[in-house]
Amino acid sequence: MINPAALRARSETEAASFPPLLARAEHLAGAVLLGEHGRRRAGIGDDFWQYRPSQTGDSLRMIDHRRSAMGDQNFVREREWQIAQSVMLWCDQGASMRFSSIDDLPTKADRARVLSLAMAILLSRAGERVGLTGTRLPPRRGNAQILRLAEYLSEDDAAEYSPPEHRAMIPSAAALFVSDFMGDIAEVQLALTKAANRGVRGVLLQVLDPSEESFPFTGRTIFESMGGGLRHETLKANDLRDRYLERLAERKEQLRHLCALTGWHYGVHHTDKSAQAGLLWLYQSMAGGART
Amino acid sequence: MTILGGIGFGAPWLLAALAALPVLWLILRAVPPAPVRRRFPGVALLLGLKDDESVSDRTPWWLLLLRIVAVAAIIVGLAQPVLNPKQSGTDVDGPLLIVLDNTWGGATGHSQRMQTLDNELMRAAQAGRAVAILRLTDPADLTFQPAAAWAPRLAGLEPHPWRPSPSQIETALRNIETADAASTLWFSDGLDYAGRDAILDALEAQGPVEVFQSARAIYALLPPAYVDGAIELNVLRNTAGVPQDVVLLAQGRDPAGNAATLARATASFAGGAKTASASLVLPSELRARITRFEVQSARSAGSTTLMDDSLRRREVALIAGRDNREGLELLAPLHFLRQALEPTADLLSGTLRDVLPANPDVIILADVATLSDAEVDGLTDWVAKGGLLLRFAGPRIAASDISRRQEDPWMPVRLRSGGRSVGGAMSWGEPKSIAPFAETSPFYGLSIPRDVNVSSQVMAQPDPTLANRVIAELSDGTPLVTRKTLEQGQIILFHITANAEWSSLPLSGLFVEMLERLAVSSSNASITAGDLEGTTWVPQVIMNGFGGLSDAGTRAGVDGGDLIAMATGPDMPPGVYSSEDRSLARNVMSVDDTLTTAVWPARIPVTGLDQTPPQPLAGWLLGGALLLLLADIIASLALSGRLLGASTARNVTGALVALLLAVPASQSRAQEDPTNLAAELVLAHVITGDAQVDELSQAGLRGLSDTLFFRTSVEPATPKGVNLETDDLAFFPILYWPITPSQPRPSAEAYAKLNAYLRSGGLILFDTRDANVARFGASSPNGRKLQDLAAPLDIPALEPIPQDHVLTTHLLLASGFSGATHQPRHLGRSGTRRCPPNRWHAISQPQRRGDACPDRGQ
Repeated sequence: MINPAALRARSETEAASFPPLLARAEHLAGAVLLGEHGRRRAGIGDDFWQYRPSQTGDSLRMIDHRRSAMGDQNFVREREWQIAQSVMLWCDQGASMRFSSIDDLPTKADRARVLSLAMAILLSRAGERVGLTGTRLPPRRGNAQILRLAEYLSEDDAAEYSPPEHRAMIPSAAALFVSDFMGDIAEVQLALTKAANRGVRGVLLQVLDPSEESFPFTGRTIFESMGGGLRHETLKANDLRDRYLERLAERKEQLRHLCALTGWHYGVHHTDKSAQAGLLWLYQSMAGGART
Repeated sequence: MTILGGIGFGAPWLLAALAALPVLWLILRAVPPAPVRRRFPGVALLLGLKDDESVSDRTPWWLLLLRIVAVAAIIVGLAQPVLNPKQSGTDVDGPLLIVLDNTWGGATGHSQRMQTLDNELMRAAQAGRAVAILRLTDPADLTFQPAAAWAPRLAGLEPHPWRPSPSQIETALRNIETADAASTLWFSDGLDYAGRDAILDALEAQGPVEVFQSARAIYALLPPAYVDGAIELNVLRNTAGVPQDVVLLAQGRDPAGNAATLARATASFAGGAKTASASLVLPSELRARITRFEVQSARSAGSTTLMDDSLRRREVALIAGRDNREGLELLAPLHFLRQALEPTADLLSGTLRDVLPANPDVIILADVATLSDAEVDGLTDWVAKGGLLLRFAGPRIAASDISRRQEDPWMPVRLRSGGRSVGGAMSWGEPKSIAPFAETSPFYGLSIPRDVNVSSQVMAQPDPTLANRVIAELSDGTPLVTRKTLEQGQIILFHITANAEWSSLPLSGLFVEMLERLAVSSSNASITAGDLEGTTWVPQVIMNGFGGLSDAGTRAGVDGGDLIAMATGPDMPPGVYSSEDRSLARNVMSVDDTLTTAVWPARIPVTGLDQTPPQPLAGWLLGGALLLLLADIIASLALSGRLLGASTARNVTGALVALLLAVPASQSRAQEDPTNLAAELVLAHVITGDAQVDELSQAGLRGLSDTLFFRTSVEPATPKGVNLETDDLAFFPILYWPITPSQPRPSAEAYAKLNAYLRSGGLILFDTRDANVARFGASSPNGRKLQDLAAPLDIPALEPIPQDHVLTTHLLLASGFSGATHQPRHLGRSGTRRCPPNRWHAISQPQRRGDACPDRGQ
């Protein structure tokens, strides 16, 4: 359990070097919730867009009398259509994330939380609504939401490998899934398919420990999952290395393929790299730029 | 026993198991090491993966080697290996007879011999053989016992300072015949003696004989001779070998009375010679101090020669009554005395006043009648201190009135005036011969030459005491020599002259012998059995086989003739014998003795004593294997990472820290603030460790403190139990120390503290708590414990308080010693009776619970 305040402070630090982020909003038409994204067209919003002659069907209340009084024609004051994007986060809180191969390295969960919350802060500054997938914390704006996010992100989950939360996804919103994706691939598949069905696009960030990439083990070894629920004993760990790496690459390929199908971005982040690098990649992908 | 590479094996077939070691190697290396447990989230990806082959990681080679060595050590250890096994020797089962010469010849290598004997006993014990030991110098009935029963008795098999006598050989032969031994081990001392062959034959009739004999040279020292002012020492050795130097030591007492080496001489054996000699020139003063000669580096009765007074030159003062007439030497009164004494004594001449300060052994007055008062004073003292005053008669004495009416103090008898003359030209009768000496006479046993006769003499007055004082008389019963003792000294009168005028005695050898018997001269060098015939000699100091001296105690005397003629034996051990004033040393070696090495027939195996004893190695090997296996456990644990788990390490560290913290804590508790103790008077008792006694002491002292508080101006604080080891005693005016038999003895530091306490005026009250039944002394356990506890204390011996002691009147509060019992108390005083009170160390009955008040019940 991490102190939420500390988590937020660190995330603020990480996020400080980035300008406010505007999540890419692809579905302008289907946007439901108002936000500050100017749509370069008239609509519901706060900013002035244009005066247009009133047409039939316009209610009298819509007529801007200050402008209309300057001539004979009635004008209607139109505002620019502004909407806010909703971004939903899912950060893996499972036991498998609480692992670091060396004491110097942060655990995967720690890195994932920092990155998630930093993203949340950046998004929030940009005026987006940020929330968690599922029903616990719907997307909202403001600093209070960041606080609540920090609090929820600090909770640990007892499950060995927690599946992605895919319930109550707001259609056409954006999403950020951060996990090591070591668990059952079917769950991820289900979540992404469901998201695609609702038009949710987003970023899938796989956080891995360097030892998970290199498998530097030899000799007779009993491998245990972090909760102790899974166990695998081998007499020659170094023999397993190649086949493990094969499986890992296969998993990555599956994820990448899945992302390509559903239009998500897929990225891998290692805990021995700096959090800034991970955040930069997230920033770019959320902004709609880089694809891995 | 099979011998492989110098190591014997009791069960050699077990070594075949060593062939199984390579198999063991293969088995051991296949055992996988303990698995390492790792947390790894990627395990989900590993599930379902199989190992290619089941061959594990290999055990480290050194661990494997460790185990193999341990197993090999166990195998070899079980095969009963013995280092330095006995190479030769017959393996006979049955009773084993061990024969020891046990003479002085084996004294030098005695411990080595006993070691070998011990080894043989051990071997016999392993073989389960019964053993009997026969000492030829002290043959006893043979009893076959288990070998282990003999081992503790080896210390008693000390060599005797004699060789087997014919009677001992006979006894031994008789014993051997009835022994029925299967085999014999003979520990020879290396010297030949009569009867050895007979014993060997008897032993060989019983079974095989094996001989242990050291090749070490045996030295013997012959009695020294005094030749031309030098002491001549002859050394013998038993083998005529290479040239060799032997150092001879003259031992005696230095002027301060301490044993010291007074002189040393070197005797050189020429190659092939068996005797060597050395001569030693010493001043007579030093010579007289020598008590024995010994050969350095040899330690036996044979290489030690005791000295009697033969080297001691007596100082004899010769004083004649009339001046020597020039030219008439043969008529001089002292001529024959001088001739007789000169070879063996230092002669002094001069007036009596001149020679007395020199404190001579003997003063001879030849025909001196009267002595001046000044001379008499010194003479009385001198005689009383043990001097021998020897007087000869003569014309002057015959003519004087000395000892006429009453006995002169310096004459043994009263004399008739004039004397008598027999057999002369003017008288009837023949010159008288000397009657045989009576048994009570010191001259008893001397043979009297026929031609000795006496023609003139002074006559003794018949007297009741006369018969006791005569030690030689003429054939007609008239006294010739009379003697009386004066305190430690004696006065002897020859009723004839010292020259040949009155008799031919001074011309005969009997005269010299008589002087020797009277210890006027002392020449034991050329003494013969006949010289000592009829005398009885009592041993004063006897010598054991090692040449060590001890007091003879109350041993029976030996006849003088036997003393010279017989060989030393159990009835006559070598030593210093004395008879009256003379002393005679009887040594193991006589002048004409020789040493002969014992030579054995070729059929008898002879083994030296310098072989290294067999050393069983099984214990070492098995113990080593155990250690290796322990190391293997530790190494295996270390390899599998379970040697020191984190929690274990934490616990151990915690325990250590707790210990470190606990030690100072307990010490700090024991130390009290000394200022509190110094501020008030505190009675103290020693903590005995017996809870009941300690409680009693505390209660008694508290009662005493209360009483002092009520009745006197002294206001003691609460009494305190004192731990002698840790507490400072300086603050307590009195220390009550109850004695329990079980209390521990304080350490040396504690005693130092107690002594410092006593010297600075401390008072310890010991309480044996049983004075009503045990009285004074060590008759009870507590009394003995008190003696034990108080021995290191710097206090004089304890004694009961006398009735008139100041303590009996000094206790103003009580009219007597009160306590549970009214016994006289015991007091150890340092100094005189009037020493200051704080120097007393008294033992008193405790103030028991009910008797805390000194005058309660009165």
